[in-house]
Amino acid sequence: MSVIFVVVPLAVALAVVGVIAFVWASRSGQFDDLHTPGIRILHDDPPPPSPAPRDR
Amino acid sequence: MATDALAPPAVACAHCGIPVPADALDAAAPRQFCCAGCRAVWTLLAEHGLDDYYAVRDATDAPGRPARPSGRAYAELDTESFRARGCRAITGGLLATDLVLEGVHCGACVWLVERLPALVPGVVEARLDLPRSQALITWDPRRVSLSAIARRLDGIGYTPHPCRGGAAREARRHEDRAMVIRIGVTGAVAAAVMHIALALYGGALDGIEPEAETFLRWMSLVITLPAVVWGADVFFRGAVAALRVGVLHMDLPISAGIVAGFVHGAVNTVRGKGDVYFDSVTCLIFLLLVGRHVLRRQQRAAADRTELLASLAPATARLIEDGAVREIPLDALVPGARVEVRADDTIPADGVIVAGRSALDLSLLSGESRPVEVAEGDRVHAGTVNRTSRIEVRVERTGEDTRVGQLMKLVDEHARRRAPIVALADRIAGWFVAVVFALAAGTFLFWLPAGAGRAIDHAVALLVVTCPCALGLATPLALSAAMGRAARAGILVKGADVLQTLTRPGRIWLDKTGTLTEGRLTLVRWVGDESAKPLVAALETHSAHPVARALVAALGSRSGSPATSRETRGGGITGVVDGRRVAVGSPSFVASETGPVPASLVADAERCAAEGLTPLLVAVDGSAVAVAALGDAPREDAAAAVARIARRGWEIGVLSGDHPAAVESAARKIGLDPAACRGGVTPEGKLERVTEERERRAVVMVGDGVNDAAALAAATVGIAVHGGAEAALAAADVYVVRPGLAPVADLIDGAGRAMRVVRRNLVFSLLYNVAGAALAMAGLVGPLVAAVLMPVSSLIVVASSYRARTFDREPAR
Repeated sequence: MSVIFVVVPLAVALAVVGVIAFVWASRSGQFDDLHTPGIRILHDDPPPPSPAPRDR
Repeated sequence: MATDALAPPAVACAHCGIPVPADALDAAAPRQFCCAGCRAVWTLLAEHGLDDYYAVRDATDAPGRPARPSGRAYAELDTESFRARGCRAITGGLLATDLVLEGVHCGACVWLVERLPALVPGVVEARLDLPRSQALITWDPRRVSLSAIARRLDGIGYTPHPCRGGAAREARRHEDRAMVIRIGVTGAVAAAVMHIALALYGGALDGIEPEAETFLRWMSLVITLPAVVWGADVFFRGAVAALRVGVLHMDLPISAGIVAGFVHGAVNTVRGKGDVYFDSVTCLIFLLLVGRHVLRRQQRAAADRTELLASLAPATARLIEDGAVREIPLDALVPGARVEVRADDTIPADGVIVAGRSALDLSLLSGESRPVEVAEGDRVHAGTVNRTSRIEVRVERTGEDTRVGQLMKLVDEHARRRAPIVALADRIAGWFVAVVFALAAGTFLFWLPAGAGRAIDHAVALLVVTCPCALGLATPLALSAAMGRAARAGILVKGADVLQTLTRPGRIWLDKTGTLTEGRLTLVRWVGDESAKPLVAALETHSAHPVARALVAALGSRSGSPATSRETRGGGITGVVDGRRVAVGSPSFVASETGPVPASLVADAERCAAEGLTPLLVAVDGSAVAVAALGDAPREDAAAAVARIARRGWEIGVLSGDHPAAVESAARKIGLDPAACRGGVTPEGKLERVTEERERRAVVMVGDGVNDAAALAAATVGIAVHGGAEAALAAADVYVVRPGLAPVADLIDGAGRAMRVVRRNLVFSLLYNVAGAALAMAGLVGPLVAAVLMPVSSLIVVASSYRARTFDREPAR
C-alpha cells in the first residue's frame, strides 16, 4: 500500500495544474459569455446551401 | 366597418421575411422589400458577398426583423472625451470599445456582426456577446473612425449605442469571475477530499494500515484548508457582519457547521484518533457557493437587460450653430444653445420653442395621453417626444436642472430610503441558530457522563449534520429557477425579494397610460353617417397630426390626395375630396366652417367629452354629419388581467396624470371601482400616496413613465411595463417586456407558485435537519452518515426547485 504515498501527492499535483488552468481561463474571461461561443462554432463551416425541401 | 386590410396574398420581404405591404410592392422588381431599411441592408450585404447571412439565418430557424436604421451621424463617438472615457488602447495603435447593439437576436446576427471586418476596412475584430447584446469592436483609428463603423452597423439594422457605466460593469465582471474561481477551486477540493474519504471509509470497514490512514487524513486536512480559509470566507464575513449588527442570519449556522466540522477534524487529525468530517465540510461549502452564485447570476441578468434598454436612450442633441446642424453629446449642451428636434425625437433639454410648431407627446412626463399642440414661445420639457414636425428649441435648463432631472433626484432619494425586505430564510435562520445551538449544548451535556471526547464528537456531528446546506440552497435555488423562467416569459425580476413580497396581497396602483390602455389615440366611436368615413380617410391620409394618424389607422389610408387641404392649428382640417367639401375638427372649428350644427350631434359630442374622449365633428358639403370620438382605448387583455389580480386578493386602484374623466371612463370599461381611480395626479402626488400607504401594507406600483419613476422607487415593489422610460426602468424592481397588464398578473401568480416551492423546500430541509439532529443526539451519526445525508438532501432541493413550473405561460408563441 506504500504506493499511495507517491500516487496521492501526484494526483493532487495534477489537480493543482487543472485548477491553475481553470483560474487562468476564468481570469481571461472565458466563462463570461456561455451562450455566444456555442453559436459561433457553427459559423466556421460553410453555411448550408439554400434549404432544400427535405424528403419525408 | 372600415375596409379590411388583410386581403392581398402575402409576399415576404427579401430581408426580414415579413409580408410586404401592398403599397410597397413593385411588380417589376426581382425582390420585394417591406421598407427602405430592408432594401438598403440587402443591397449592402449582397455587394460585400455577405448574402450567406440569409442561409445562416434560415439554418438557425430564427425569425427575421425589419431593419430600421436610425440614420444618425454618431459624431459623438469620434470626440476626444468619448475616446478617453469609452475606448481602450490596445497594442499596435489599435483601439477597442464596447457597443450595445439594438436588434441582435439570433445566431445569424452573431455571424453578420462578426463579419464586420469584411464590411468596414480598418475594423480588426468584432466579437458579439449575444445575451448582453454587446459587441467588442477592435479597430485601427488611422484607417477608419468609430463613427463610420457605427454608421455601418446602423446601416445593416443593428443600431449601436455606446455602453454606459463602464467602470461599474468592469467591477461586476471581476466580481463574477472571482466567484467562478472560488467555486471552481472549492469544487476541485471537494472532489479530491471525497476521493480520499472513500479510501478512508473503505479502510474503516475492511481495515487499513495505520500509517496509510494517518497519511490520508493529513492529506485531507491540507487539501481542505484552502476551501475553508478562502472558499468559505464569504460565509464567515456574512456571519461576522450579522453578529455585528445583532441579527441572526443564515450565514451564522453555516459558519458554525463549517468551523465546528473543520476544527474538530483538524484536532482529531493531529491527535491521530476520532472522526473527521472534511468531505462533508468541503461538499457543503461547494454547494452553498453554487447556490449563491446561481441566484446572483439570475438577478444580474435581469439588471443587465434593463440597463441595456437604458443605454438605448439618445445621448446626443442636434445643435444649430451658424446655420449648420451637428450632433453633440448631451453633456456638452449648455443653456442658451439652440437645438433642432426632429419628428419622433425626444426633446433633449428644457427650453422654449423658437421656431416651428408641432404636437408633443407628454405621456412620459405627465401621463397625459392626448398630444399637446405647441408653437413658438411655448415651453417644452426634456423627455417629452416631438410627434409631428421639426421644431427649434432654445435651451434653458439641461441635465439635472430639468424637470426630469429633478424627478430623477426624487427617485434616487426614495430608492436609497427603502428598507430591505428580510428574506424568509433569514427569518427562519434566527430560530434555527438558537435551536441548533441549544440542541448541540444538550447533546454535549447528555453524553458528558460517557466521557468529554465522546460528548464533543456527538455535538460536532450534530452541528455538521444540521448545517443548513439544504436550507441555504432551498431559497436561492427556487427563486433563481423561478426568475429564470420569468425572464423567459418576458418578466425581468431584479431582486429575489420581490417574489416574496408579491405573495402577500396589498394595494396595487396602476398607471393608466400604456398599462391599462394602449397609450395612443384611437378611434373609439363613430356616431352618424357611415358614408363619410372614406372621405375623412382620404382627407387625413396626408396629415402628420396625431389625430389624423389615429383616424387613418382606424379607417384605412386612401391614395390620391385631396385637391386642396388646409389645416388649422388646434382646430381641424378642411379639404375637397372627390369633389365634396369635407371638414374634420373640433366642434367649434367645424361650426365656424358650416354654421349651426344639429342639436343631436352636439349632444353626442358632449356625451363623448363627458366620457373623457375627444369628440371631432365631421362635416360634408357644409353640414355636420357625424361625430368621431377619439380616445385612449383600454387594452383588450386589461379587464381579464385586472380580474385575475383581484382574485388574488389585491386591491386595485389607478393613479394617473391623465384627465380625470378619461381615467374614470377607462376604469369603468375595465371593471374597476371608479372611486379607487384618481386622475390628474402629479408625479409628486403619486409619490406621496405611495409612501403614505406603504407604512401600512405592501404597495405595488405599476407604471411606465418618468412621472411614475419616483413612485416606482418608493413602492414596496415597482413594476415598469413595456415601452417605458429609462427612468422608470432604473427605478423599478421588475421590468415587463411584453406590453399590457397580463404579464403583471402572470408575475403575481408566478410569485405565488415560486414561494410555494420555496416553502416546500424549507419544510423538507427542516425535516431533514430534525431527523439529522435526532440521529446525532442518539449518537448514531458518524462521518459516513453525514457524508451521505448531506448531498442527498441537497439534490432533492435542487430537483424540486428546477422542476417547478412557476412561470410557464399557457401554450406560448
